[in-house]
Amino acid sequence: MSAVETRIITKRIRDRAEDSWTIDGALASGAYEGLKKAIAIGRDAIGQEQVKASGLRGRGGAGFPTATKWSFLPEASFPRYLVINADEGEPSTFKDRMLLEADPHQLIEGIVIAAYAIECNLAFIYLRGEFALGYERLVDAIAAAHAKGFLGSNILGSGFDLEIVVHRGAGAYICGEETALLESLEGERGMPRIRPPFPAIEGLYAKPTVVNNVETISTLPHIVLMGGDEYAKLGVNRSTGTRLFSLSGHVKRPGNYEVELGITFRDLLYSPELGGGIREDRAVKFFIPGGASSQWLIGSDEHLDAPLDMDYVQQTFGVMLGSGAVMVYDETVNPVLVAWRLAKFFAHESCGKCTPCREGTGWIEKVLFRIVNGHGRPQDLDMLFDVCESISPGVMNAPFTQTTICPLGPSAVSCVASLQKYFRDEVLAMCAGPALIPVSAS
Amino acid sequence: MTFTTKNLERARTIVASYPRPKSAVLPLAHLAQDQDGWLSPEAMREIALMTGIEPAEVLGTCSFYTMFKRDPVGRLVVSVCTNVTCLVTGGPELLEHLVDRYSDDDEVFVEEVECLASCDGAPAMQVNYEFHDGLTTASAEDIIEAYKRGELVARGTSGGRLS
Ligand SMILES: Cc1cc2nc3c(=O)[nH]c(=O)nc-3n(C[C@H](O)[C@H](O)[C@H](O)COP(=O)(O)O)c2cc1C
Ligand code: SF4
Ligand code: FES
Repeated sequence: MSAVETRIITKRIRDRAEDSWTIDGALASGAYEGLKKAIAIGRDAIGQEQVKASGLRGRGGAGFPTATKWSFLPEASFPRYLVINADEGEPSTFKDRMLLEADPHQLIEGIVIAAYAIECNLAFIYLRGEFALGYERLVDAIAAAHAKGFLGSNILGSGFDLEIVVHRGAGAYICGEETALLESLEGERGMPRIRPPFPAIEGLYAKPTVVNNVETISTLPHIVLMGGDEYAKLGVNRSTGTRLFSLSGHVKRPGNYEVELGITFRDLLYSPELGGGIREDRAVKFFIPGGASSQWLIGSDEHLDAPLDMDYVQQTFGVMLGSGAVMVYDETVNPVLVAWRLAKFFAHESCGKCTPCREGTGWIEKVLFRIVNGHGRPQDLDMLFDVCESISPGVMNAPFTQTTICPLGPSAVSCVASLQKYFRDEVLAMCAGPALIPVSAS
Repeated sequence: MTFTTKNLERARTIVASYPRPKSAVLPLAHLAQDQDGWLSPEAMREIALMTGIEPAEVLGTCSFYTMFKRDPVGRLVVSVCTNVTCLVTGGPELLEHLVDRYSDDDEVFVEEVECLASCDGAPAMQVNYEFHDGLTTASAEDIIEAYKRGELVARGTSGGRLS
């Protein structure tokens, strides 16, 4: 049987494409029923019972168990803040944008449930600045939720109060990193903080703070409604439930697909209801799971038949499911060109706070640029590797270490490590031959 | 610049919505840019006054963020993605074409940007932060011309003019 979607968090979006973002459309399709149940079962039953039983892990990239993160909040320390990470900037990830634009009420419902569970009265949505439509829809949805008594004071007679502030970013990928995000929310440059202390102990305004991704929080109403145990029956091993995968590149049907964890990459790329196969029925040369920060996989049976299981792919291949992006490249693509563009991205987005990242990302970009332009030297790949080692010692043997404050530095190394693993001969040939494609440095 | 009466009211509401006024720096900078089309030194001084910090601190924060334009730009901000999905679907060629086409046009400001979270429709661009995807050089130009004629209108965030 070919793999299909399992629609939980995308059900409303797909069934009511005409008005899923409006309060009427949302209410007509079960919105805020999860909130009512959450209030009925009580705050203590949400986090450490239902969410814990669900096995829910963060959908922002790191896959950290959500109930565990909440449990780190120090007891009886108030105020506490909840901050939703809606900064979605990981290249080729476009799932949160859809959830924000097409189902803001699902997110708001999840926020109220989470805030109620962790006893927080002021929540922030840190929204990527470029998401103008998402901003408009969120602001409208918050006003509509207020009018219906789902936000504000004494929500649904529970005695619980909550306000939500939507805070727009302004074009800085690093602000997706949770501590940089908090700096930005405090009116500073988005430069990561040294952890510990972790945000749960000292976060926004040095108060206990939970930072969770849009998709993570959007899942909560369903966990409460289904029951955590039922949710945990979906998925595989410690990767429970469904996840949204943003599929792009040379597949026939690029798009967001919500699938049960545990199906294979081949299912995702080739199922007629999902990716639909590769354009012009070509072969897959390589694909990048988990967003730009992950190492790559190639079109081998071993890789294509790997299950979408966060721990399995990490332990077996050293790659991540990360943000849920999967970029697919067919055999016409030059992997060095893709690596150069990723390196350029990281060099541009490095915040500059630590030297190995600030200097190293620039070097990686420069050397890959000259290789792509036919000016590479035979020793360049090994030289690149030295630079990578300085950012991320032991990079070829995950788990690697890092010399930097945040994981952006090590992420920049992934493309070079992948070239070394799978395309070493190709790179060396390019270092000897003429320019493949002229590209402009900007 | 100074905030218009209506925007001043909006600005005060924004500052009051945060536990600490300094948190309002980014939202006020967005508001100023929505009004004027760019973030002027006078605007940053006014933001400093409203948030109780030095103008140099406002500049220090705002200069970190690429969306804030600290020089006047054209009325239409065209942001073209060349990141790794757009890279293999025509993004760089689209950027080059639009840069050439509008180099003499003061109304149109073309910039290269990172992934716009629109990769399923690559290549993608934004015009004043409205999404457009599945583009060819010709269709992108048609879209920009439609904005110029006022047939397409952005929803009034940065790059628009919020009175
Ligand atoms: C450079 C960098 C960028 C990140 N960008 C995002 C992002 O755009 N959205 C997101 O949810 N998490 C992002 N993260 C992960 C966050 O730091 C954090 O782990 C996440 O928001 C926690 O939410 P979760 O536990 O619900 O996944 C990023 C991390 C790094 C290092
Ligand atoms: S690793 Fe890079 S992005 Fe992260 S704090 Fe250091 S310099 Fe900044
Ligand atoms: S790579 Fe261009 S929109 Fe994502």
